[in-house]
Amino acid sequence: MHGLVNKGLERFLADTYGQATWAEIAAAAGLPPDGFEALLTYDLALTTNVLGVASSRLGKSEHALLEDLGTYLVSDPKMDSVRRLLRFGGIDFADFVSSLDELPERARLAVPNLNIPEVLVQELGPDEYRIKVVSDFGHFGVILAGILRAMADDYGCLSLIEWSSDAPAHETIHVQLLDGTYAEGKAFVLSAEAAP
Amino acid sequence: MTEATPTLRLTLQTLDAVMPMHMVIGVDGVIRHVGPTLRKVLVGGDLVGTSFWEGFEVVRPSIKPDARGLDGYVNTRMRLQYRHDAGLGLRASLYPLGEDQGFLMTVSFGISVVAAVAEHELTGADFSRNDPTVEMLYLAEANAAAMREARRLIGRLQIARDTAEDASLTDPLTGLRNRRGLESEAAERLRSGQLFTLLLLDLDYFKSVNDVHGHAAGDAVLIEVAERLKNCVRPADVIARIGGDEFVLLVNPPLRNAQTLALAQRIIGAIEAPVVFEGAACRVSASAGFVVSNGYEAPLLEEMLRDADAALYDAKMQGRGRAMVGTPAGTGAQAPVQN
Repeated sequence: MHGLVNKGLERFLADTYGQATWAEIAAAAGLPPDGFEALLTYDLALTTNVLGVASSRLGKSEHALLEDLGTYLVSDPKMDSVRRLLRFGGIDFADFVSSLDELPERARLAVPNLNIPEVLVQELGPDEYRIKVVSDFGHFGVILAGILRAMADDYGCLSLIEWSSDAPAHETIHVQLLDGTYAEGKAFVLSAEAAP
Repeated sequence: MTEATPTLRLTLQTLDAVMPMHMVIGVDGVIRHVGPTLRKVLVGGDLVGTSFWEGFEVVRPSIKPDARGLDGYVNTRMRLQYRHDAGLGLRASLYPLGEDQGFLMTVSFGISVVAAVAEHELTGADFSRNDPTVEMLYLAEANAAAMREARRLIGRLQIARDTAEDASLTDPLTGLRNRRGLESEAAERLRSGQLFTLLLLDLDYFKSVNDVHGHAAGDAVLIEVAERLKNCVRPADVIARIGGDEFVLLVNPPLRNAQTLALAQRIIGAIEAPVVFEGAACRVSASAGFVVSNGYEAPLLEEMLRDADAALYDAKMQGRGRAMVGTPAGTGAQAPVQN
């Protein structure tokens, strides 16, 4: 698993549950004291390990942790660069959702060895989408569901997002847009310098 | 037989959507229409109805076409300077609209697009749907983020490397150079041809301090000896601990033998002052042997150490607490130069 994803998980756990708790989790999962390095690649087992340790230490299911991770990546002010890069994906939430199949290509453009699983987007009707994800990690769709919830908020769009899985590592996210102008979205100007 | 090119009728509204950075300019040089994004960027008043030449200077081509009007610029890559904003340079191309309708000028930011987008707070809606500019901005931003992360990583690695290098050249007990540290310092001096005196010191009675007072006392003596050595030489001189109780000094430029003997006596005197450890006075002395690098045709640290060690052995044989000058041995060796 790419270090960026692992570093995201580390920052999420450290920020949400405290540096001391993260240090305990990291030590118990067999991580070096400096934690993950964003530019290196790690064995998938290490990520799974951290997740398992965090889940039992915090008394939260892995599913819940991963979805919170997705939300954190978009909505935490410290992660604004991730939010901004995602916002380049569409001018409104519908545009963003329908271009999710470009996500792996976008990720590779930013970080050439960052392999995001293929995402399949089907339009079921106006304002209704089905997103299918198949990943080695097996839970990528859960993170994506968290990202989608936070991005809907970011665009100011009221929507219904449901995650399900019919087979191991096969995940489906059902997205229904209820009101595209539900709230004032967060501002997005193209330039990072001009951004408030 | 060739078919006539079909005439295309475009509304300005469509043109605005397809090409938000354009101008329509009449044959008289008067601006008739400005696309929405260009309008946003060209601050300082509505340009419609004013002369193109009033608002813009053509920077390139610098050789102006003969014709005074815009005709001469058709099919040329142009660079424009907007007169009301010194910071705004634009690229432009000019196309005739035919039938005396004047010209269509397409405009872009060129390479300064990132700065221009920041300056004018442009959004995705300011570019046409298929314009890859937005992807380019995404790439620039992603690249900046990746570079930031890379710089952080390099910074951390640099610190780790410096720490490791420092640790590998330093004796952790005394903070002096260790054997590798000495080798690296000597190699540097030998490579650059700097001459130096090498003084080898071996503590006397150190074993009995360890035996009588314990290893902690022995360590305290070594630490104290290191401090006293530092006080006897200049900061630029190298002090190393290369064995349990063996110390080496590199002094450059080299001293005369008489000076070295005096230095050695001063050091031995300093070392002989008792070290108090947990109430007990621990006493050690030292013997020394030294050589000077200009006594060798092609000096090597190993040879110099061996010859200094032979002198040290003689010093010990003659009773402890003494210093002796060594004789370069081996092939090609000469007697030490007596200054």
